[in-house]
Amino acid sequence: MRNPTSNFIFITGLLTGFFCLHFLLDSNSIKGKRGHFIKHDHHQAEVTNQTPADKSNGTIRILCWIMTMPKYLETRTQHVRATWAKHCDRVLYMSSTSTDFPTVGLNVSEGRENLYWKTIRAFQFLHQHHMHDMDWFMKADDDTFVVMENLRHTLSRFDTEKPWYLGRRFTPFIKKGYMSGGAGYVLSKEAVRRFITGFQTGKCTHFSDIEDMALGKCMETMEVELGDTRDEKGRQTFHPFPLDHYVLRTPPRRRPWYMIYDFYTPIEGPGCCSDFAISFHYIHPPQMYVLEYLTHHLRAYGYRYRYHPDDKTKSNTTEHVEVQSST
Amino acid sequence: MLSEGGSFMKGMAMGGIFCLGLSLFGSFSPATEHGPGEHHHHHVKAPSKDELTRLSDGHVLELVNQVRVSCIIMVQPKILVYWATALDTWSKHCDKAVFYTSESSKALEAVDLNEKDDWARLRKALKHAYENAGDLRWFFVAKATTFAIIENLKHLVLTKDPEEPFYLGNAMKSGELEYVAYESGIVLSYEALKRLVNVLEDEGKCPERGHALWTMSEDKQLAVCLKYTGVFAENGEDSHGKGLFNSKSVDSLITDSMRDNPTNVVEGCCSDLAVTFNEMSPNQMQVMMFGVYRLRPYGHDFHDLLVFEPPEGSDND
Repeated sequence: MRNPTSNFIFITGLLTGFFCLHFLLDSNSIKGKRGHFIKHDHHQAEVTNQTPADKSNGTIRILCWIMTMPKYLETRTQHVRATWAKHCDRVLYMSSTSTDFPTVGLNVSEGRENLYWKTIRAFQFLHQHHMHDMDWFMKADDDTFVVMENLRHTLSRFDTEKPWYLGRRFTPFIKKGYMSGGAGYVLSKEAVRRFITGFQTGKCTHFSDIEDMALGKCMETMEVELGDTRDEKGRQTFHPFPLDHYVLRTPPRRRPWYMIYDFYTPIEGPGCCSDFAISFHYIHPPQMYVLEYLTHHLRAYGYRYRYHPDDKTKSNTTEHVEVQSST
Repeated sequence: MLSEGGSFMKGMAMGGIFCLGLSLFGSFSPATEHGPGEHHHHHVKAPSKDELTRLSDGHVLELVNQVRVSCIIMVQPKILVYWATALDTWSKHCDKAVFYTSESSKALEAVDLNEKDDWARLRKALKHAYENAGDLRWFFVAKATTFAIIENLKHLVLTKDPEEPFYLGNAMKSGELEYVAYESGIVLSYEALKRLVNVLEDEGKCPERGHALWTMSEDKQLAVCLKYTGVFAENGEDSHGKGLFNSKSVDSLITDSMRDNPTNVVEGCCSDLAVTFNEMSPNQMQVMMFGVYRLRPYGHDFHDLLVFEPPEGSDND
């Protein structure tokens, strides 16, 4: 009794049955045994190396000034410029003479004995030109490697209008200690003001060639506070030596020579250093690029880091779905 | 009216059965890009972000469960420091890691194959790994002098079916023979390992003492044997075509890049998702653990589609 209408209805039934079951099967996701996946909305920003969007503060402007000299511009400083210096809000290369590098000429001769003179002149320059547009002033050497995002993160817990002096704290010579020059140190705006005032009033003088220690003395005189920049687990962020001086496993031993000065008891081995490390020193050009690669490029896909101090603030963009093991 | 209703119901039933049939059939041939056995590429690329995003959540989950790696790590007492380092560093990220040694050591434990010949030892190790595979379907063979990032290995083979023959790594050519270099690690799927173990019994194709007239390195021997079973070496690359298996250290590759790409050193160097490096000292491997699994810029989120948990009882990652 087949007629066209009957055929048509049959086909309609066929399609209905097909698609009904298709929808039913699709909506049941397969329950897996282990592991989990992330469901997220389609806002997936690919990570790029552009200026990082500040999450919390949004307005920390950091000026990096690199202590360098004409003979190192090509062999060292250009590699600083090619790597981490790009992440500073502003970077100034301080040298004895001004060049097209570009360098700021401090009108001081080169040489170890003039380091503190250069530092004083540098801060005078910064005070004259950048107090209005910058919040923090970081000094680094041309063989220091800095992770600016991590510096930014650490600085966010300090107030730049207060007198803060930050870095890797050393104990000797100065009562409250001073910050290692090579590891890089940071002064707040207020600290810079006090440094300048100190020299204007004669309270601070060029009493020594040892730049970092002498600066520490002036900070002490001007009652600038030494901040603790270790992370929540007490791990260091500023490092006066390369990573392999700290992170390698060693049996318990007396402090090695390069840790003698440390104010906070140093930890040797994997617990030495913060995941959000800020600086390493004595970094030669190939190592600059290696660190840049390790910090900003190479990673383990999907790895869930053990240390995520502010997990609670992160769950806005991703909805983490965990599937329980059935075995 | 009733006859039309009946027609409709019959149609619906047929449609439903047809749909069920299709979906069951669909789950037998998993969604790989290539058809079964159709494998004549010389490179295997990691999936791009787009490719992964297009997969359904259920499918992604299946893949996560499937991609578990058994590490076959070849050691000898004379490289004891590397042995200890591999044990303490990257091998912890394998789902299973077994160390195979040429002779036993009082200091560390391993499966003692009691075999001085490199090729014979590799054969024994692969056989042993196959026989003890359990439900693991991916195999990574490396000497303890290689450094590996297992998560990136998993990412590379994530959408590949281990029931297909895969033989991946740093693919090199020696005359007509294409083989995977031992130094940068060798990846074998379950199917490839199965075929290999079978052909190892064939003294004609795959002699135990190697071809008598000349000695070929064991990675080339491996390639010859696999070739007989229809398995060919393929170069492991990221979605941009950059090699993932490196025969040199990071330092060495960066130095090369400073010479070859002075204006773009890091981009021109190595993949962000590199799987292996070679010629790294034990100390450099410890540093790599920090550099890969710890050091990072605050605030960056990669939005990876899977999560790999850190290994238990480890403090350097």
